[in-house]
Amino acid sequence: MTAVTPDVAHADVRKSGRFLFRAAIVFLCAWVLVPIYFLLINTLSSPETVNAFPKSFIPEFDMGSLTFFANFAGMLTALKNSVIVACLTMVLSIAFGAPAGYALSRFDFRGKELFRVLILLTRAFPLPLLALPLAVLFIRTGLDDTLLGLALVHTTLAIPFAVLITFSLFSGIPIELEEAAWTLGCTRFTAFTKVVLPLIAPGIAASAIFAFVISWNEVFAAAVLTIQNRTLPAFLLQSLGTSPLHLKFAGGFILVVPALVFIFAVRKYLFAMWGIANR
Amino acid sequence: MNARTLPYLLILPVTLFLCVFFIYPFVLVAQLAFTQGDGFTLANFREVVGYWKFPISLKNTLLLAAIVVPIQLALSLAMATMVSKMEKGRDLVLYVWTIPLGISDLAAGIIWLAIFEQSGFLNSMMSGMGLIDKPISLLTYEHPWVIFIAIALAEIWRATAIMLVILVAGMGLIPKEYYEAAEVFGASPWKRFLKITLPMLRPSLQTALVLRVILAFEVFAVVIALGGSLFPVLMAETYAYQFDLLNSGAAAAIALIILAISIGFTLIILRLLRVPKGATI
Amino acid sequence: MNLQNVLLGATAAVALTTGAAQAEVLFWSTQAKPIEETQAMRDQVLSGFDAGADYQANDSGPFLTRLNAELQAGDGTIGVLGDLHGGFAAMDAANLADLSGLDLGGVTVNPTFLELGKLGTDQQHYLPWMQASYIMAANKKALEFLPEGADIDALTYDQLIAWSAAVEEATGDKKFGFPAGPDGLKHRFFQGYLYPSYTDGVVRTFKSDAAVGAWEAFRALWSHTNTGSTNFSFMQEQLLSEDVWIAFDHTSRLAGAFNERPDDFVAFPAPAGPTGRGFMPVVAGLAIPVTAPDMAEAEALVAYMMKPETQIATLRATNFFPVVDVALPDDLPPSVRAAGDAIAKMSGAADANPGLLPAGLGDKGGDFNRVYVDSFERIILGGQDIRAVLDDQAKVLDAIMQETGAVCWAPDAPSEGACPVE
Repeated sequence: MTAVTPDVAHADVRKSGRFLFRAAIVFLCAWVLVPIYFLLINTLSSPETVNAFPKSFIPEFDMGSLTFFANFAGMLTALKNSVIVACLTMVLSIAFGAPAGYALSRFDFRGKELFRVLILLTRAFPLPLLALPLAVLFIRTGLDDTLLGLALVHTTLAIPFAVLITFSLFSGIPIELEEAAWTLGCTRFTAFTKVVLPLIAPGIAASAIFAFVISWNEVFAAAVLTIQNRTLPAFLLQSLGTSPLHLKFAGGFILVVPALVFIFAVRKYLFAMWGIANR
Repeated sequence: MNARTLPYLLILPVTLFLCVFFIYPFVLVAQLAFTQGDGFTLANFREVVGYWKFPISLKNTLLLAAIVVPIQLALSLAMATMVSKMEKGRDLVLYVWTIPLGISDLAAGIIWLAIFEQSGFLNSMMSGMGLIDKPISLLTYEHPWVIFIAIALAEIWRATAIMLVILVAGMGLIPKEYYEAAEVFGASPWKRFLKITLPMLRPSLQTALVLRVILAFEVFAVVIALGGSLFPVLMAETYAYQFDLLNSGAAAAIALIILAISIGFTLIILRLLRVPKGATI
Repeated sequence: MNLQNVLLGATAAVALTTGAAQAEVLFWSTQAKPIEETQAMRDQVLSGFDAGADYQANDSGPFLTRLNAELQAGDGTIGVLGDLHGGFAAMDAANLADLSGLDLGGVTVNPTFLELGKLGTDQQHYLPWMQASYIMAANKKALEFLPEGADIDALTYDQLIAWSAAVEEATGDKKFGFPAGPDGLKHRFFQGYLYPSYTDGVVRTFKSDAAVGAWEAFRALWSHTNTGSTNFSFMQEQLLSEDVWIAFDHTSRLAGAFNERPDDFVAFPAPAGPTGRGFMPVVAGLAIPVTAPDMAEAEALVAYMMKPETQIATLRATNFFPVVDVALPDDLPPSVRAAGDAIAKMSGAADANPGLLPAGLGDKGGDFNRVYVDSFERIILGGQDIRAVLDDQAKVLDAIMQETGAVCWAPDAPSEGACPVE
């Protein structure tokens, strides 16, 4: 491409193409950020401003609503519980899910379709209906009101994501790559750890993100299965709907922030191995 | 360990796990759908299907999925391609685009209601630009299509990132050599997208679509926030049976109907985007 | 001396904290859910309970799921339940411990509500905890448009319609607001206000000609109602944003408006129709599930909640009024004063036509409500023919009454056996 000198018209097309490309990116960023910005404005507004019309588009930095939550008893413990449950969910769902994803991508075996449907069933049936028998089971086994118990339920929700995402990524890795490693003296296991595993870091990162946010935002099971050890959404989210507007927004904002911090922390792994050829 | 037992060994842990934490409660609940008093019956199914709101809820749920999911697919493909073409600021842009992932559907409902309600941001903007001289009621029974658009926009905003992340992770695995070779042969960017990206991305596309479609049938909180009592969906009916009418049998029945629809669509997607065992060069 | 004091204090503190951690009673409730009210329940109401109580407010989904799980497992952590009358009525009474022997220390409890708490048995399955009602509220800006000769404290539905029409004419906006959202309490308006005011009944008169008249009147009112009402569930929000000037809702769902801008709003009784001024109470109760881990502590907490001082503290925290005999202090929040006045005027009105809460419906309470909500959605939102819809819904209503065998309650005339739809 660069070897040939492009004619003027071609350059123009390229230029306008680049402009369009940039404009689209900016537009899509705005599309995502503007609603969040509105949430921020309302969070940082006094109750009067939240109800006023027309709405101001510049925050007035009234900390009243946030201060209310800062003083709300038990917020920090709930935050800690949420983080623990989310991390447990992440580890468990990948530990259980990734091997299954590998099996799905590398082998044809009897019952494969059935297994796949089983995995998906867990997302196609609403958890609030399952919560009753689960809670009975947990009370009887002593898992009730433990962070591990809640993490196990959240893992059930996150497993389809973990299995399917790792499956799709393993499927994207040429099997020849592994076979080449075998011929070079690797066992199936070492070929996997040395060749495949580094390649699917993005998939693990993506699964981790899903596991984390699924657990983070899950309210129903958290509300039913934890009493002393409430997580932040169980603590906050279910009361938001009935709370006054300014607290609704501030509470929503508080819930969003930790999830954003987490995604920010792992975002670069989504690109860890950008293109096999780039290594 | 050979190739015959290995796959079963690999799926054993997750299967056992799901048997305890999903299949066991699921079977108990599913039983309820087929019992009333004692003995097997389809009365629960007849009851929920015969309710006058059922066809409306079904239509709304399917219509919403039919509009939202294709838009999200196109949008997330476009976004993933853009990200992969960027050199500077890729990290940051991708991060911004994945932000909605961290926002629960309840919170998303709150945010979008703040935009569309009568004294909300949209009216504020329009009145600031002089388009309207006083706030107008947008989410009303007088023009249901506005409600539909609002819900669709909120869903697109909230849930496109789910597909985006999966596609981005998948695109990262497509060898760059393919593109370079295609470029040498003078393939246009569109051709390259059609002939390389799409086929190579099939596993990720399949996963993203399946997950998104299933979630689309479970849509609830955002719809309730924006549609109020004007846009009934299946999941809202399920919860109404379970928690307002205390009719677990009927709730289980309608949940099974949703399940059947989800599985049906899943199988279609799996067939359409069949993924061969391991990619080959 | 000094050291001794310190030591004593320290051991006392240790004893207190450990004691509290062990014996803290879990108070599992569907009430006082808004986050500020939950906070107030903990800080102002329950802080005085010595053994300590853990107040957890939930949506009805998690509330019921957890409770039923504990009952099924036969092993519980919930000490005390707080829910509305309708919630308890839908539960199996055998799961709620008998509270008739509880020593309340000589407080006098409202006898009508006590009777409701027996759930049709001879045991006290729940004790009334607090009460509220539905009233009207208006922005003072709307007052100048009141129709000639109308007294805001003795409005009729016709005057309310004319008033809303006048406001619309003057402002160009539909400024009447009605909580028709998914969480709105619209069914109570039809059951306790519209039907009694127009038909002097709820069940018997469901498809009477008078009922057709009631829905026609409501349709007229709806034509001046903010068209966004199908998204409204807490009218305080729309009153504060001034999207709505005149509104009907639960007292605690209007409280925010009065507390935030007390000088801008007035509260007044619900309007009257041809058969009087229908209105209905809201009663929340306290119960102890049979699986409570420590029955004695749970009973102590219930008794504590019934104390006159606690009832006043609860009023401040939640805007729900006491159910025991107690003199209200003068320094109550504006929302409580406004609502209290309106309720007093409503129940003291010459044409008052009080309704009771549905009783004897058991777990069909939700289906009963759905009959009215469906009628509303079909007639008002769907624009269907009133007569046809009422005839159709009457079949559903009749089936519910036959199945439960619930007898009529006021203002319907008493019945032998299941309340008939006439």
